[in-house]
Amino acid sequence: MFITRILQNDRGGQIMLAVLALVLVLVPVLNLLVPEGSFLHMPTYLVTLLGKYLTYALLAVAVDLVWGYLGILSLGHGAFFALGGYAMGMYLMRQIGDRGVYGNANLPDFMVFLNWKELPWFWQGFDMFWFAMLMVLLVPGLLAFVFGWLAFRSRVTGVYLSIITQALTYALLLAFFRNEMGFGGNNGLTDFKDILGFSLQADGTRVTLFALSGLALAGGYLLCRYIINSKLGRIVVAIRDAESRTRFVGYRVEHYKVWVFTVSAMLAGIAGALYVPQVGIINPGEFSPLNSIEIVIWVAIGGRATLYGAVLGAILVNYAKTVFTGLMPESWIFMLGALFVLVTLYLPQGLAGLVQQFQAKGWLQRRAAA
Amino acid sequence: MLKTTDFTRLLLLSVLLWLCPPLQAEQQSATLTQAAPLFQEASFDKTREAVDLLAASGDPEVVPYLQALLDGKLYQDKAQGTLVIAKDGNTGDELRKIPTNNSLRKYLRGAVGQLSLSHPDAAVRLKSANGLLETVTPEMATQLRGLLEKETDSAVKEALSLGLAMADLNAADKAVRLTAIESLAGNLHPGVRNRLTTMTTDSDAEVAKAAQEALRSIEDTAALYGHVETLFFGLSLGSVLVLAAIGLAITFGVMGVINMAHGELIMLGAYTTYIVQQLMPNFIDYSLFVAVPAAFIVSGAMGILIERTVIRHLYGRPLETLLATFGISLILQQLVRTVISPQNVPVSNPSWMSGSLEINSVLSLTYNRLYIVLFCLMVFALLYFVLRKTNLGLQVRAVSQNRAMARAMGVRSARVDALTFGLGSGIAGVAGVALSQLTNVGPNLGQAYIIDSFMVVVFGGVGNLWGTLVAGLSLGVVNKVLEPWAGAVLAKILVLVFIILFIQKRPRGLFPQKGRAAGD
Repeated sequence: MFITRILQNDRGGQIMLAVLALVLVLVPVLNLLVPEGSFLHMPTYLVTLLGKYLTYALLAVAVDLVWGYLGILSLGHGAFFALGGYAMGMYLMRQIGDRGVYGNANLPDFMVFLNWKELPWFWQGFDMFWFAMLMVLLVPGLLAFVFGWLAFRSRVTGVYLSIITQALTYALLLAFFRNEMGFGGNNGLTDFKDILGFSLQADGTRVTLFALSGLALAGGYLLCRYIINSKLGRIVVAIRDAESRTRFVGYRVEHYKVWVFTVSAMLAGIAGALYVPQVGIINPGEFSPLNSIEIVIWVAIGGRATLYGAVLGAILVNYAKTVFTGLMPESWIFMLGALFVLVTLYLPQGLAGLVQQFQAKGWLQRRAAA
Repeated sequence: MLKTTDFTRLLLLSVLLWLCPPLQAEQQSATLTQAAPLFQEASFDKTREAVDLLAASGDPEVVPYLQALLDGKLYQDKAQGTLVIAKDGNTGDELRKIPTNNSLRKYLRGAVGQLSLSHPDAAVRLKSANGLLETVTPEMATQLRGLLEKETDSAVKEALSLGLAMADLNAADKAVRLTAIESLAGNLHPGVRNRLTTMTTDSDAEVAKAAQEALRSIEDTAALYGHVETLFFGLSLGSVLVLAAIGLAITFGVMGVINMAHGELIMLGAYTTYIVQQLMPNFIDYSLFVAVPAAFIVSGAMGILIERTVIRHLYGRPLETLLATFGISLILQQLVRTVISPQNVPVSNPSWMSGSLEINSVLSLTYNRLYIVLFCLMVFALLYFVLRKTNLGLQVRAVSQNRAMARAMGVRSARVDALTFGLGSGIAGVAGVALSQLTNVGPNLGQAYIIDSFMVVVFGGVGNLWGTLVAGLSLGVVNKVLEPWAGAVLAKILVLVFIILFIQKRPRGLFPQKGRAAGD
């Protein structure tokens, strides 16, 4: 079968997807079918939390695709995630209709508040779901394409590229903070009511969004794995390991880079679009350079260039974040900082690398014993 | 600017009042005793007569009395009729306040001004000559001309001739008016501009036209000084950028280490200033002279610690260095939040940093900005000297150009690495001292500058101190030039976008390193 062919030689991916499938079946059952009060019942907030982790995991996979396999350390992937989120947020905003505080059917609340008379041109069409979903893909994709085309064509590489991606997300952060931009300024977009007619507060909608996040993660994972396994993937890895040599062999390096970068940005956009209805808000804080750099550390902890490591890292770090910000809010930043330092110093291959190391050792011991 | 002059005026007045305690009758001059009965009449007309009498005496001693009357502080003893200048709480039952009204106060202002014009102190004369411009009348022209002839102080002379020209604007003779307008062209005094604006509707077409031309020349000059001011603001912002970035220019530019904790080293410098000021609360004026070396040592030591424990293991892996130092920056921020406070801490400015240098009525340069520019240039010069003329500098450059060869020549590269990183970090700390005088000192101080600093270094060209200086100053100026029509935030976004595009065009910055050292 197609999927099994993609996952050939990807032990980690097989396990990860199997676990994911199990979770995708179990969670809805535990939430919807097991009656409340039973100790097996899974509360809805937990479902949403898991759904949030899954969107982070998809984002991490997108970053791993460009960092692990293409060698581009993007410190601006949070921007693509946030843009996808804003596209979804705009649709949800339009769905509120006249149920806002001001009861204006044509304008979102913050525009009424700013005394705007009509909908700006870039909000047109966002009342249609299909259009918003198109924008979820197109806006991050287009930005990544233009940015990548400019940067890779003029051979901006390594640290320089990292710094200008960071500048990109910083510029967007500043821009979206402005009220005049028409995206709700400081407060962002929030107070969403429903999606496609289903209330966002309903358990069923929550579980569906969770399931969609899981499916998107699985789909994104398979897509990335497919790309890596294809001939294109081989060239991508070649570019990472020896860019000049690949160029001299005759490949148009910048074309490969731009395309992979764009695909990755679109995946990040999808993750953002699934994230927003689950957390119920999108604000300019998502553009902050700190968020983007955190994604990188998820991937680093999980193990770069493995894809499943990115999923593992994203879920583990965010679970730890939830636990520790609840228990000892002060200590979390210390731990995050220490993670950055320790992982880069002592765990260059991440957790996935650690597992591989143990496996290799065990295999050697078995060989020795035989 | 207006505030400071108001303030000095008030200060001078209070000193004046303090110097003149209420005088007893026998000490009061003859004119005062003569005028006293007129004040007692309690009618505005008689009061005006009394003022005339006092003003005509030309006696500088009466000035404080007139000024007191103007300020509503002149009282009269009901029984004896002696005039008393009230100090706080000096108004018993036996004293009667002398009332004034608007027209009388206006009249008084002119009288005080005229009297002060012949005061023996040149500073008082200058002040009153400057104050005269608002109230000058054509009748005063002859008097001013006489004063002008006797005047010896050049500043007062200038002010007087300006006043004279203003008086001449009202002259009946058209030729006099025209020469007055001509002499006023390019003068930046706000009173002149207002007066000339009314002259543009003069009944005589020639005069109106001359006034318009003079007005235009005034506006041109004002615009010119406006540009100078923008340039100055830009340079001071640029100096801040250069200060923040120059330490990075060493660690990133010379050593190739991406130090994301650079901003936090700046923050440590700012907090060092805070702690120094806490330790010597009575010597705030001197605190900065202690804070600069202290910050250099604190941040420098922290830098060496970071280099020895973390960065040393990551040479040649720039992306990993970036992540590890980012972790360090988080730890340092949280450390400050936990140990000191998550809120901003107050850092005071020494008295010599406040106030401003007034060039003319439209252009004044605040001292704190001025000192920042000077400080930035000093730090730059010092750093340049260290890198170019000292043994350490020679070794630093040798290691950064060819590590293996430098080691072969006997340079202890590990020690040089630590010292270089310490130097760059120490400079960041010094920048923190400067920033503590300009912005809020809080745990997030460094974060705000890290992206800007990287932009400056990359824009200027990595490994080039001059590039950093030019890039920082020009980005500062560009930012300030854009600000008026784009707004502060949009200007910043535009500058960021500009740099992103610029790097596409010239990936190695304004002044790329040449030769072998420039290899990837």
